[in-house]
Amino acid sequence: MKKYTFTEKKDTRSGFGAGMQVLGQTNPNVVALCADLVGSLKLDAFIKENPERFIQCGISEANMIGMAAGLTIGGKIPFATTFANFATSRVYDQVRQSVAYSHKNVKICASHAGLTLGEDGATHQVLEDLGMMKMLPGMTVINPCDYNQTKAATIAIAEYDGPVYLRFGRPVIPVFTDADQKFEIGKAWMVNEGTDVSIFATGHLVWEAIQAGEMLEAEGINAEIINIHTIKPLDEKAILASVKKTGCAVSAEEHQVAGGLGDSIAQVLIQKHLAPLEYVGVKDTFGESGTPAQLMEKYGLSAKAIVEAAKRAIARKK
Amino acid sequence: MTELQSIASQVRRDILRMVHGCQSGHPGGSLGCADLLVALYFQQMKINNRKGKGGYLSFNMDGKGEDLFYLSNGHISPVFYSVLARRGYFDVTELATFRKLNSRLQGHPTTHEHLPGIRIASGSLGQGLSVAIGSALSKKLNGDKTLVYCLMGDGEQQEGQVWEAVQFAPNNNVDNLVAFVDVNGQQIDGSTKKVNDNRDLGAKYKAFGWRVLHVDGNNMDELTTLLRKIKRLVGKGQPIAVMMKTEMGQGVDFMMHSHKWHGVAPNDAQLEQALSQLEETLGDY
Ligand SMILES: Cc1ncc(C[n+]2csc(CCOP(=O)(O)OP(=O)(O)O)c2C)c(N)n1
Ligand SMILES: [Mg+2]
Repeated sequence: MKKYTFTEKKDTRSGFGAGMQVLGQTNPNVVALCADLVGSLKLDAFIKENPERFIQCGISEANMIGMAAGLTIGGKIPFATTFANFATSRVYDQVRQSVAYSHKNVKICASHAGLTLGEDGATHQVLEDLGMMKMLPGMTVINPCDYNQTKAATIAIAEYDGPVYLRFGRPVIPVFTDADQKFEIGKAWMVNEGTDVSIFATGHLVWEAIQAGEMLEAEGINAEIINIHTIKPLDEKAILASVKKTGCAVSAEEHQVAGGLGDSIAQVLIQKHLAPLEYVGVKDTFGESGTPAQLMEKYGLSAKAIVEAAKRAIARKK
Repeated sequence: MTELQSIASQVRRDILRMVHGCQSGHPGGSLGCADLLVALYFQQMKINNRKGKGGYLSFNMDGKGEDLFYLSNGHISPVFYSVLARRGYFDVTELATFRKLNSRLQGHPTTHEHLPGIRIASGSLGQGLSVAIGSALSKKLNGDKTLVYCLMGDGEQQEGQVWEAVQFAPNNNVDNLVAFVDVNGQQIDGSTKKVNDNRDLGAKYKAFGWRVLHVDGNNMDELTTLLRKIKRLVGKGQPIAVMMKTEMGQGVDFMMHSHKWHGVAPNDAQLEQALSQLEETLGDY
């Protein structure tokens, strides 16, 4: 198992803030919008350096999405930011009609996604956003795994012309990817090559998958770990190549199992290469208040849960 | 201190201790709205006082024959939970579980955990007034003469859905409804004036067809006088809106006059300093 180490822990939303600061300095068309959550979205540096390119919308997310769509007409690249729940379920029709269907170059950037938002509880813990956003034709959906990858993804989506949903979160987690990486939309990242099972992980679950890989190795199981940071467009080639080699798969995401990354992978496997797939994700339930670590444990999103899923997948191989 | 004031003092202590206990949550707006919730639950509202299991108030979701309260700005759950517990819906010791794993006292109010006293989830802002209108219409269909109260934040007024509801209610004679706006002039990113100015909120509600009243929400005498007056104004064809001026962080000197304590928990020393300013009247949980 390839060794991954880290010297610090950071939140992925700070990676977004750092990426925005770079974009503020390098791309004069980038405009940031926020709905009364500037501190949570780590936009302070961008706002300080580019006050004229920041739009404080107040608590009006639907209006923010519509204004972002309008800003693209004239060549601006709007980054509309708020908590993930308010960036998706709260404004789904605005995103659908004014952004996706109209194919506007809006970057919807969403923090505090999933259970790891913690104590605020289920009203804020959106676990359906990846599914909702990936269902929209033409929408690119990205869920990076650490601070550095989030920063790189933030910079990369400004270069890409089209609507994007970028999802990140609140908890501090290990920073284990390269600081100077180039982010390629739609290209899966091989974290560890293996032969016995393919673990496809996204977002905060990638570090858990690496931990799981080490635990499996101790039991003589050689896991391939692939980071699917782009849920749409999905890197089918990487998925098929891996599963053809290992013969079974596990998907791992901080999201409902219905409609998330696992279901996207299942569609590929069902149509092109039938193989056992085990899901690690939230099983048709809402979250609750608690610390991020407690919630990841209780709702079965820990490294241990990935290990168990890998063993189930291997046992189902013919 | 009057009886209501002494309850409010204890509720403020509860709020601070709950938020401190889990090191998260929203003390600012909770402290500002403590007087209103105490006045509503301990004097104004008609509540079924029948006791059920364990000696707690028996809670019925439909609330027929009872006045109902909806908290639209769900982030000030600490004040709601404390008042519900002090009123007898559940044990005050349960306040210690606020925002912790496996608790009925979720970060924002939910029905999912079946906490007595809660009738709708809130937390995503802007939705409560619509629910309150629906509930008031349900009472009318039932021939039920009791009232529906709703509380919203002033930052929350920036949500479009609020204005869909504000337009609907007068056009449909929802005159068994009383909506309070917590006008503390603050929200997360700063003053409401700076973030996205509400301007003259009272004039806006009036223009939409509401009967508009104003009150100092941190003056218990003024509040109770206003609430008595409201009882005479309902049922006259117009919904009632109260622009309630409050101070975020009311009762704790270092939490007042800024937006800083909207959603920050005090540390040990700050808690001690804050509690020293509020009399323990009913016994801490
Ligand atoms: C739809 C929605 N958008 C954003 C938030 C995040 N949020 C929670 S409280 C708050 C500020 C609310 O301001 P106000 O209504 O004035 O309440 P106060 O700060 O005075 O307690 C915001 C933006 C939310 N809960 N819901
Ligand atoms: Mg306010």
